[in-house]
Amino acid sequence: MSYILETRDLTQVYGAGTPFERTALDHVNIQVEKGEILGIIGHTGSGKSTLIQHFNGLLKPTSGEVLLSGHSIWNEKGKCERKTRFAVGLVFQYPEYQLFEETIAKDIAFGPHNMGLSDTEVERRVREAMDFVGLDPALAGQSPFALSGGQKRRVAIAGVIAMRPQVLILDEPTAGLDPAGRDEILAQIRDYHARSGATVIIVSHSMEDIARMADRLLVMNDAHVMLCGTPREVFAHADDIIRAGLDIPEITKVIRELCRRGFDLDPSIYTVEDAVRAIRAYKEGK
Amino acid sequence: MSDIIKTEALTYVYQSGDGERKVALDGVDLSISRGEFVAVLGHNGSGKSTLACHFNGIRLPTGGAVYIDSMDTRNPDLLYDIRKTCAMVFQNPDNQIVATVVEEDVAFALENLGLPPDEIRRRVDDALRAVGMYEFRRHAPHKLSGGQKQRVAIAGVIAMMPRCVVFDEPTAMLDPAGRKEVMRVIRDLNTRLGITVVLITHHMDEAVQAGRVVVMHAGKILMQGTPREIFTQVDALRAASLTVPQTIEVLFDLDNQTGADLPIDALTVTECADILERYLRPAAAN
Amino acid sequence: MLRDITIGQYFPGKSIVHRTDPRLKLVLVILMIVTLFLAAGPISYALLALYIFSVIKISGIQPKMVVRGLKPVVFIVVFTALLNLFYTPGTELWGFGFLHITDQGIRVAILMVLRILLLIIGTSMLTYTTSPIELTDGLEMLLSPLKKIHLPVHELAMMMSIALRFIPTLIEETEKIIAAQKARGADFESGNIIQRARAMVPILVPLFISAFRRADELAIAMECRLYRGDVGRTRMKQMKLGRVDALTGAVSVLVFAAVIVLGRMGW
Repeated sequence: MSYILETRDLTQVYGAGTPFERTALDHVNIQVEKGEILGIIGHTGSGKSTLIQHFNGLLKPTSGEVLLSGHSIWNEKGKCERKTRFAVGLVFQYPEYQLFEETIAKDIAFGPHNMGLSDTEVERRVREAMDFVGLDPALAGQSPFALSGGQKRRVAIAGVIAMRPQVLILDEPTAGLDPAGRDEILAQIRDYHARSGATVIIVSHSMEDIARMADRLLVMNDAHVMLCGTPREVFAHADDIIRAGLDIPEITKVIRELCRRGFDLDPSIYTVEDAVRAIRAYKEGK
Repeated sequence: MSDIIKTEALTYVYQSGDGERKVALDGVDLSISRGEFVAVLGHNGSGKSTLACHFNGIRLPTGGAVYIDSMDTRNPDLLYDIRKTCAMVFQNPDNQIVATVVEEDVAFALENLGLPPDEIRRRVDDALRAVGMYEFRRHAPHKLSGGQKQRVAIAGVIAMMPRCVVFDEPTAMLDPAGRKEVMRVIRDLNTRLGITVVLITHHMDEAVQAGRVVVMHAGKILMQGTPREIFTQVDALRAASLTVPQTIEVLFDLDNQTGADLPIDALTVTECADILERYLRPAAAN
Repeated sequence: MLRDITIGQYFPGKSIVHRTDPRLKLVLVILMIVTLFLAAGPISYALLALYIFSVIKISGIQPKMVVRGLKPVVFIVVFTALLNLFYTPGTELWGFGFLHITDQGIRVAILMVLRILLLIIGTSMLTYTTSPIELTDGLEMLLSPLKKIHLPVHELAMMMSIALRFIPTLIEETEKIIAAQKARGADFESGNIIQRARAMVPILVPLFISAFRRADELAIAMECRLYRGDVGRTRMKQMKLGRVDALTGAVSVLVFAAVIVLGRMGW
């Protein structure tokens, strides 16, 4: 079985040989399956931001390998080809701060233009990307700077989606948004995933955000992969997660408290719906 | 007794980019007494930040009035005293730190006040101790974490010894660890130093810690009361694009589905577990 | 990486050189530069060189660091040396075509090189041993008499310190924007000058927008913290001349005086 993205003993050391030497990634082995939604969780400084910049070759490994569809993204000459950037689209945190063009359409077209596509193809992709993120086509000719914060973020995400990447990576896509804005962006990402079939990787420090949409979760801690598996499998190790400086959903805490008080409930429950179902089943089963 | 903050039919109308008149605040009547901890909750665009900006004269009412410790914010001669009475902490910690050394930054407002050097020194040290940043007093701000920077910013305003501090989404740009640090400091200001706190936020778990919650929607006060009173209004909150704490959501949903007539006002994990325990084990009442 | 550029490198320490009042250090550096131009012969140069090397020794800053600071001026030094070597009139020692080396040429070349090196080392000792904030504060106080003729001394000093505060923040921001645009396939490495200049647009526009936003927010935050310019402002840290300063000042002035006297005598 081949993976869309894979790292082999990926290691990243910053400031090697200086007193500030710091290992951001230490022999990290990760396999990303084609078409899945993978959630990467970790506190600030756990190595998660470094990790995703390796996926599209923005950073060069100190040692180890990054493979895209089974091939190393770094060739024998030590170069990373530009097409990797197009195959693995990376949306940074607060992406609205990278907008620069006069119109929304032009800004979204920046990536596709860099790919060397024809004007008609670029235009098609801009339209398609705007549709994916739910931007009104009538806005295409307007300045992105007149938009609200949440709308600017959508333009920035569309700018990466327009490259039609095989893997879409989003770093903290909901940072700074209110609950409604957060739910909208997450719903759009889910929708994009369903419609395009692309692999999606979401990075966050909020469990509640991504636990409910990810197929698998990867918990980074201290330059290592601490846990990896389905949300259920991961939440079964709630104590480890808390020790790694992360929070678990309130509802998981409630269920775990009930378990501690002697109720036989599944301690890895992480959504309110599942909790209600489990509590009813328990009550009715008696 | 006079209120520290009082608004009377406060209205704020501004011209948007395309010349349209937009009503950000629509007849807000709000009184906040000395020593209170009030959370102002609302989604983006609900008017909550505009409201906060009226509390120390950054914005002036286009209709109605705002009184800070009985001083009318429309009187420019009082502005200096108003800002001394009611200080403000903003969202982005980077953009409110002026100096290249932590203690110099905390001293900034005191230097502007023209205090004698030894008094500045004493107040700076006290303020830094109050936020737990004393050991970092000689550090460069840009090397600190987000939570630490925000604590420095808080020290910088409490050194002025204001009666009231308004926090405008102080945790929006922080990670979970930073959010906890900052919330602990904010609670301390209120309970230990007796400073009136107004916290603008869209995080439910932060609003729960306040003594009173004011919910803003479409430029108006939708409702206000204790966290317990507010968060049990699940339908109203959802209609205002807000979420409720999971501890309440689970009880609310369970109650709706089973008609078990459960109390739903659980603000903490323990309270929620207590209610569920009683529900699951009616025989062992307590 | 951009991160490696450090503006006005400062190496913290507790030596006498570090503890000397920044105002005094600024004045001494100016005096040193004047002295340097009044030194004439090997003996006066040697004395001044001895002074500067003592300062390095006392400050505890590694000579390696001082040498590293000279790298950017190597070209100027070599160029000046060659120019003086070949184009100073005097008794010819060696000639080839239009190139002539004279005894005077050798002497002038050596002294010129010494002068530039001592100038750079001497001034960089100021920035090495004085934090940027001390420097701006010292400068503001030294220049404060100029406020009488309505020179905005305080405003200039405030601008300098805010710039110092935001340089690291903006550098970090620039790196983020570069990475984000690279992720969209931006190419900064190939093409001719015009193409490369155009490739900077996606970096510069967001950077400027962000800088203005920051300036805006900072201005409001400063006003909220009661800033209204220089009106009635005090400072937490008072600069007071103490024993250390008297000592450093006296020794330095004596050395400079000796160098100038020796220089006038042609030594």
